[in-house]
Amino acid sequence: MEDFLQMVASGVVIGGIYALIAMGFVVIYKATGVINFATGELMMLGAFFCFTGMTAAKFPFAAALLAAAMGAAALGALVERVVLRPLMGKATISVIMVTIGLSSIFKGAAQLVWSGDYRAFPPIFPRAPVRLGSVVLPSLQFYPFLIALASCALIALLFRFTRTGTAMRATADDPLAAFSMGIDIRRVFSLSWSLAAVTAALSGVVIGTMGGISPQLGAIGLKVFPVVILGGLDSIGGALLGGFLMGILENLAGGYLDPLVGGGIKEVAPFLVLVAILMVRPYGLFGTREIERL
Amino acid sequence: MRIGDYKETYAADEAIFRTPAVRVWMGALGATMLVFPFVAGDYLLYLANLIGVMIIGALGLNILTGFTGQISLGHAVFVGVGSYAAAIGATRLGLPFYLCIPLGGAAACVAGTVIGVPSLRVKGLYLAIATLSAQVILEWVFSNWDSVTGGIRGINVPPATLSGVSLNTDFRVYFLIYAVTAAFTYFARNLFRTRVGRAFIAIRDRDISAELMGINLFRYKILSFMVSSFYAGVAGAVWVYFAKVVTPEYFPLSLSIQFLAIVIVGGLGSIQGTILGAIFMTLVPELLKAGTEAVKPFFPDAMSYLFPLRDILFGALIVGFLIFEPHGLAEMWQRVKRYFALWPFRS
Amino acid sequence: MAEDALAIEGVTLSFGGLNALSGVSLSVPGGTVHGVIGPNGAGKTSLLNCIGGFYRPQRGTIRFLGADVTRMTPDRRASLGMARTFQNIALFKGMTVQDNIKLGAHAHLRTGVLSSLLYAPSARREEAALREEMEKDVIDFLEIEHLRRKTVGALSYGLQKRVELARALAMRPKVLLLDEPIAGMNQEETEDMARFILDIKEEHGVTVVMIEHHMGVVMDICDRVTVLNFGVKIAEGAPGEIRDDPEVVRAYLGKAG
Repeated sequence: MEDFLQMVASGVVIGGIYALIAMGFVVIYKATGVINFATGELMMLGAFFCFTGMTAAKFPFAAALLAAAMGAAALGALVERVVLRPLMGKATISVIMVTIGLSSIFKGAAQLVWSGDYRAFPPIFPRAPVRLGSVVLPSLQFYPFLIALASCALIALLFRFTRTGTAMRATADDPLAAFSMGIDIRRVFSLSWSLAAVTAALSGVVIGTMGGISPQLGAIGLKVFPVVILGGLDSIGGALLGGFLMGILENLAGGYLDPLVGGGIKEVAPFLVLVAILMVRPYGLFGTREIERL
Repeated sequence: MRIGDYKETYAADEAIFRTPAVRVWMGALGATMLVFPFVAGDYLLYLANLIGVMIIGALGLNILTGFTGQISLGHAVFVGVGSYAAAIGATRLGLPFYLCIPLGGAAACVAGTVIGVPSLRVKGLYLAIATLSAQVILEWVFSNWDSVTGGIRGINVPPATLSGVSLNTDFRVYFLIYAVTAAFTYFARNLFRTRVGRAFIAIRDRDISAELMGINLFRYKILSFMVSSFYAGVAGAVWVYFAKVVTPEYFPLSLSIQFLAIVIVGGLGSIQGTILGAIFMTLVPELLKAGTEAVKPFFPDAMSYLFPLRDILFGALIVGFLIFEPHGLAEMWQRVKRYFALWPFRS
Repeated sequence: MAEDALAIEGVTLSFGGLNALSGVSLSVPGGTVHGVIGPNGAGKTSLLNCIGGFYRPQRGTIRFLGADVTRMTPDRRASLGMARTFQNIALFKGMTVQDNIKLGAHAHLRTGVLSSLLYAPSARREEAALREEMEKDVIDFLEIEHLRRKTVGALSYGLQKRVELARALAMRPKVLLLDEPIAGMNQEETEDMARFILDIKEEHGVTVVMIEHHMGVVMDICDRVTVLNFGVKIAEGAPGEIRDDPEVVRAYLGKAG
């Protein structure tokens, strides 16, 4: 039983991070209809920004985190302006492919600047493990999880209760109507990409502090897809719930099935779940069914 | 210079090579390709073989993405399925190459159907995500299903034999590869001369109107994905006779992205474009490699920059072409042709 | 023609509380041209969309050549002989005129994927037969021979509308639903289009249901006219009767009259 609880607890921890990544992804999808395949690489860059802030500029962690967030926001806005704006109006399929191209560029650029080596963050958190009842969580899991949770809450509140968030939701729903209401769509797109980049960066930092960083970190970003399919491509709440569920599921699968199949189940299980969900309930838990308008 | 172009029968109008000039050019191309292996060095021959395989695979992806408008991010693993199927057919079942190649295609086709059915039922971009899942899942299967795929070590495959002659050199395999490439290019061209190909394009351009024409969207999308997977499988199978070994590391996500890059750079929806794209995208990394080798005396670390530079280059080509030249190399080539069509009357 | 080509009974369509159509009934005898007019927002396009199968009405039935098609998907209705054109032109802009028209005949062709890939003799024959029929019945008929290989996107608006009509004709329709076929055309194009529609009715025996704002054309070529306003049928009859109907005048001009 203790093993089970331990797995669930670890699953909740990683799930919080997945939830954060997924939220950034859903923000972009809701606001612009774009499926952002560069999510993972944005995460990786955010982690590197923070890491550089701490090691090269010798900032304390909080300052480096802030710097990373600002850098990511700038990057997001830059990407939107230089790459996505020219494609506005063109088929969504082109935009999606552009994000795929971007992910390649980011990965290569990171490797050029920081080399392919794997780095560990300097010590940031207290070292003692945290005890919650019968469950023990290493500090490198617990504290990053708290950051992830706080970020999720922040994003959710921002989206829900601020004017900017409302503007984003309106633009996502009906860009033309939003435009005629006086909402500056281009600014909303720009902000959406900045926000997505910031959430990705935060998730990247969280993952990085947990397990170290390298240009390959972006691969974790792929996990966002099982989460958003489970939760619903356009649901922020779904991203939250889906993230936690996926984290728990992944850990349980790893714990119970790995011995049977010889390892690596954690990587594959979420995607098997994804395919299963597509067969049974493609819009996920909270996604809205697309209504065709002529 | 070509001015008037009048056909007297509908059949003539429908033909692939519609004017004598085009037929002459095609003949010249064919002759060149036949002579090439006799005069080319080992390295060029190797490149040519690689290009041939990439053309087959990329044609498949173009049929799906360029002509039908559906994105696949798992093309590499479908190629992998074809490779493994052919390898198993050759080693475990002792089948000759002309059975293993269609076997590879069929196996990939089945895999494609399994992935395609749930994800194409739903409108939208779910196929991209589903194929990404296929990429992750199948990569894992390739590495872990030791009993079938040989796990990390993979499977070694003996060269193909044709009436006693072993196709064990790049020179000999060249003819096999290009026979298949030529055939599959012909098939693709045929597809778009008939209703099935037209239906694919209709789905890409405006699927609501396509429905109105009586085209069942789901059925044709699945069909497109099946054809695309079949091509991928055949490419994988043919490649096996070229590389003589299959291991899981040959089919990573970056290969799927490379196929996408070929199709985009070459020109979505253009068969000529795919061929140009495959040549371009295979030669570019080689040029890059040559370049980094050349600067090694000045930058001893140059080689470690090769992979990241390649990633950046691929990504930049995808982004650049999508923004500036969405119809790809095919369109650039058409412009060149148009310029010369009226030469010397245009300055 | 004892049985009506199209019989619409009590169709009600609402979008989340807003009634686009309320209890609209309409019957169109075969081989006639039937106009549907009304001010903007009257529900004309919604009606056409219901007939075509894109909108599922909450209430009512749609019978096409005697068969109940209310639950049928658009592609099924197409294969039964229903074709339509759109206000905003739903042609495949990247394809040539010829390929667009050939697509129209899709439902009536049989070539499967294998024959396609190999361009088997059966495929070859089918394509040749298609070409012949298309040239005679559609391309010559609508006088667009010189446009065959042009990309649709490069044509003028009026010509695009004609190509759309050609494509709809290639579907060998029994009923043709036209959504503002004349919109945006100059005098000469309008006259050509009107003539084509009449020819389609007379030479091919096709039943036409037409949404139009151009009153002149409606009066000239329609056998009967239905008037909608705010999703409700307010008048129906021969063109002459409709023109003088006070309800219709009021709908278009408002109470000030």
